[in-house]
This record gives sequence, C-alpha cells and structure tokens, in this order.
Amino acid sequence: MSAALELNDVRKKFGQTEIIRGVNLTIPKGERHALIGPNGAGKSTTFNLISGRFAPSSGTVRLNGQEIGGLQPFVINRMGLSRSFQITNIFHRLSVFENLRCAVLWSLGYKYSFWHRLSELRDARERAEEVLELIGLHHRRNTQASLLTYAEQRALEIGITIAGGAEVILLDEPTAGMSRSESDHAVELIRRVTVGKTLVMVEHDMSVVFGLADRISVLVYGEVIATDTPEAIRANRKVKEAYLGTTLDEPATEGAH
Amino acid sequence: METTMQQRREAVVTGRTMRYRPLNLARWIIWGLTAFLMLVMPLFFSGGFAITLMSQMGIMIIFALSYNMLLGQTGMLSFGHAVYAGLGAFIAIHVLNMVGAGKVWLPVSLLPVVGGLAGAFFGVLFGYVTTKKSGTTFAMITMGIGEMVFASSLMFPDFFGGEGGISTNRMVGDPVFGITYGPGRQVYYLIAVWCLLSMVAMYAWTQTPLGRIANAVRDNPERVEFIGYNTQRVRYLVLILSAFFAGISGALSAINFEIVSAENVSAVRSGGVLLAAFIGGAGVFFGPVIGAVVFILFAVALSDLTKAWLLYLGLFFVLMVMFVPGGIASLLMMQVPLLARGKLRRMLPDYGRAAAAGLVLLAAVILTVELIYKVQVDSANGTTMSLFRIGFDAGTVTPWLVAAALWVAGLLACRAARTRVRATWDKVQAEMTGGTA
Repeated sequence: MSAALELNDVRKKFGQTEIIRGVNLTIPKGERHALIGPNGAGKSTTFNLISGRFAPSSGTVRLNGQEIGGLQPFVINRMGLSRSFQITNIFHRLSVFENLRCAVLWSLGYKYSFWHRLSELRDARERAEEVLELIGLHHRRNTQASLLTYAEQRALEIGITIAGGAEVILLDEPTAGMSRSESDHAVELIRRVTVGKTLVMVEHDMSVVFGLADRISVLVYGEVIATDTPEAIRANRKVKEAYLGTTLDEPATEGAH
Repeated sequence: METTMQQRREAVVTGRTMRYRPLNLARWIIWGLTAFLMLVMPLFFSGGFAITLMSQMGIMIIFALSYNMLLGQTGMLSFGHAVYAGLGAFIAIHVLNMVGAGKVWLPVSLLPVVGGLAGAFFGVLFGYVTTKKSGTTFAMITMGIGEMVFASSLMFPDFFGGEGGISTNRMVGDPVFGITYGPGRQVYYLIAVWCLLSMVAMYAWTQTPLGRIANAVRDNPERVEFIGYNTQRVRYLVLILSAFFAGISGALSAINFEIVSAENVSAVRSGGVLLAAFIGGAGVFFGPVIGAVVFILFAVALSDLTKAWLLYLGLFFVLMVMFVPGGIASLLMMQVPLLARGKLRRMLPDYGRAAAAGLVLLAAVILTVELIYKVQVDSANGTTMSLFRIGFDAGTVTPWLVAAALWVAGLLACRAARTRVRATWDKVQAEMTGGTA
C-alpha cells in the first residue's frame, strides 16, 4: 500500500536562494505526524509545496501514490488533501455556518451550480451542522466570522479544513497565539476531528507536538535531519544540537513539576 | 393558512427547518409589495415625464444589480460593465430592425432575451480575458476592454451606426392583446415585468452554491482555492451571468429610447453604474436598487432643472464614499435592530434635526454652485436668475452674502446635530445591549 504522503528530494528555490534543500518524507496512512524545527527552517514552505501554493523547483510530491507537485491548490484539494493556515484564513463577512457550508459544497458535488437552491441542499446543511457541532461553535452558528474571538476563529479555521472530508489534513500552527487552556482545547479538537485520517502539522508548542504526534520530523535549514517517534526524537543528538538543547527540554521539565 | 400552520407545527418538532419558514413568508411579502408598487406607480404618476423616469429607473435597476453581482457579491471592481449592456443593446436593436423588415419573427416582448444572450456571449468572449486576473489588474483590464469597444464603435459604422448610432421603431409585429408598445406606459410595463423577473433571478442566484462561493471569493479568494474551487472559474461564470442581465437592461433601453449609440458602451456609462451601485450600497442585495433610483433622479430629473447636475452627483458620491461607505442601504440596515426593538422613535427627533441642518447646508451648496455657474458659464444672458421662485441678480453682493450665511449656519447646525445624533445613538445602543445582558 502506498503512503498517504511521500516527498522525494523536494527542492524549492526563490531566485538563487534554495530554501528547501532536498526534503524526504514518507507519511503512512492514518499517522499523526508533526513537523518541527527552528524559525525559518522551511516548515511553512514545505506545507505550501505540498498543498500547491508553490510549485517545487524539483523533486516529487505524491498523494496516495499520485504525483501532485506543481498542481493547482484546488486540484490537490479535490484529490483529498486539505490544509489550514498559520494566519487565520476564513470568510470574514459570512456567518460561521456559511463558512462551513462553503467548505463542503465541492466535496458534495455541487461545483459551480447556479441551479440548486442552497436552502434545499439537505446534505450540505447537515454536513455543515455536523462540523459546527464537532468544532463546538453551534452557539455561534449565525455570527459573522469576523466577530468571533481569536480561539473561535482558529477552531473555525480547522472546521473549514476538515469539512470537505479530506483524508489528508495539513494544519499549520493550529495553536499559535493561544493560551494554555485554549491550546489544550485545540489539541482535543484536533484529536477528535482527525480520527481515521492522516494528519501532518507544523507546531511550535512542544507539549502539543508530544501530546498528539505518532512520529515527528525535524526540519533544519530546508532538510529533514530526523524522522522518528517522539521519544527517539527527544533523545536524538543531532536534534538537540539544532535546538541547542533548549526547546525540547520544555515538556520534560513541565512533566517534572 | 391552514397548511402553513400545520407546516409550522411540524417544523417545531423537527427543529431544523423552523427558521426557514417565516423568512420565506417575509420574502414573499417583500416581492409581492415590490410587484404591487411597480404595478400601481403609473396610476399615481401618470404624466409622460414620470413614465419615462420610471422606465429608466427599471432599466437602471437591472443594470446596477447585474453590476453588483460583480462588485458587491464577488468583489470584482469593473470599469467596463457598460460594454455588456451596450453590446446587448446593439444586437437587440439590429434584431428589432430585422423584425421590422420582416426578416425574422420575434415578439418585441421577448427582445430582452436576445439582449441577454448577446450580453452573455460578449461576457464569454471578454470575460475570458478579464477574469484571468483579479483585484486591481482586473479593474485595469476591464477599463482597457471598455475603451477598446468604444474605439471600435467608430471603426465599424455598419454595426455601431457611427456618430448617429442605430435607430429603430419598436412598433413592429402584430399586437398581442392590443399591446403595440406605442404608448410609453406599455413600454413601462414591459420594463417593469423584466425588471421584476431579473431582480428575482439575481436574488435567487445569491442563494445558490455559485452565489455563495462568489461571496467567499470576495472575502478571501486564496482560501477558496483550498476548499476545491478554482477562483478564476468562479469569477468567469459570475461575469457571464452578470453580462446576461446587463444585456437584458441594454435591450430594454433599446426598446425604450429606440436608439442605441456609441455612448451606450462608453466609460461614462460604466462609471455611472459603479456610482449607482455604490451610492445605493454594494453590501446589501437591494442597495443597487436604491442607487439606481437615486442615480436616475439625478441624471434625468435633476438634469432638467440645472446644468450642474453632474457636479451635484459627483459631490454626492464623494460625500457618500467619505461618510457612508456602505451606501444608503447600510444606513437603512442600521435602523433595523432599532425598529425591531421599538427604539426608532427615540432617534426620530434627532434625525429630524439632522435633516433640517442638512437642508440648510444643501441650500448653501445649491446657491453657491448656481451663482458660480451663472457668473462663469451663463453670464452672456445677463446675471439675473431665480432659484426656488426667488429672483435675484448674481451680479450683486446680496446673494453671495446669503450663501455665506447659509454655509456658516448649515455647518454649525450640522455639527451640533451630528453630536446629538451620536449621543442618542450611543444611549439607545447601550440600552439595547444592556437589555440582553
């Protein structure tokens, strides 16, 4: 069986500068995978290469065995890969419910239809309500998205990402800027919505990473220097060097408290 | 009545469909009232001028709403929308002339379909180029296409009729139920029917998957690409649909005026529809309807009264952009929660004061503009003039002093009224939020 996602010697140049310098990554189906690394290591760029925002300069990206490198984002999305964004990226003038309904329309086959009436599309409404329930925003159903709190907007961001039912979910720093309790809440949410799916996430918060991930890849200067289980990554000498032994100790000391 | 009650009771049980029923009822009432209003208006305003005015309003309403499918619904700022209405009008008038010559058979009532299809055809053609890009680039390309079409109107005199345009006679074919489209009133009702149909169709469009995704493209085009939609395709389809309705309005104007000229595809027309949609309010569906009515009042009624009408329109537009960027519709929508809570009455005295202050300022503006116009443009005919049936001499100092006094009084009164309105508004808002908390 082919892997859900497979990156083979992926490189990306911006002008003369090579930002991604040969990334190799294989993520089996159903795995929760975290991508970590210092600032500027190329984590978000890697996400952009996978999701079609940028085309890789060379190398191959495969989704369920099919080449997707350089395809348009909407084509990749239709093939079953969905992503969230680091900076909240929602439809701010639409209500929470409409945000989610927009996100399910393509997957239910309504395409560019102007001959269906939205209010009569029962499956779209029910799927949107279902996601609404799942992300815990049903009490905000008819609120305009721009009026939500930051944490609620992040939850909606995740809701839009998963609503289409994609099998491979990419989350870019889902807990960025959240308080401890909000972030714990978000971890629960991510766990809940990614059951049975393949998850790849970029995350800075190590407690989130170690709490969620089955395996972790460490990206430094555009290269994956290690891919392993959380325990092995924590013990890895090369990783410790890259992080100067600081960040990775955090969850350990926290645990000791 | 029996059935609706039954349905409602059921709805409460299932819970989910409940909210849709009363909303639909309100919709039926609103559409019914609109249709009724269109039907009875000519009975109250039966003069020839009033009929012309209302006919043009109907045409402009379709045009402005079609433009708002781009601007308000999809976030596409077009500077060349008159191309679709204008070319639709040209095709329609040629077809009408062919009908007149007996070459084709088509009832005049169905000519708007021809205009709409022609508009859509040019939407397919030009939209393919313009919608490749979004934002400012899109705006620039639409402007370029608009100039191109306008320029070619002089290059192809056979089709565009050169300087004089193409004229026609709408009284062709056999009268159906005695309708010849000779009298203006019959043309008005033709326009009213098409206007209502187009309004309903364009509203229905906002409630379809494409309509909603268009809103998503307006809010955040990038994200739309990541939920499976090709934004370029969305823009293209919306433009074609919008061009279809623009074409309908074009065909109606061809029937109404019995002439179509290069002016129909000009940048002036494209600018006009932008003004109308914006003044009315692009953010609300019915905004452009208000905008179209106001625009025609300026362009047709006011232009009869003063040569400076374009200046007034420009001034009005600038003031709207600066102080009410959401358009007239946004002002109305702000009153809805107050009305629902029965608090609007509290605001009325202050609104009245503000309106009075505004009128004083308006008088100052009018007097100043007309005085300057008289002295600068029209002094060859002498400097005596009259405003609101008051005669005076622009060559003397008195009217200028009056204007200055009006300015001072108006500005002071406006400032005072604004403070009062704001204070009362804040108080009412506080009461309303306090009530719910």
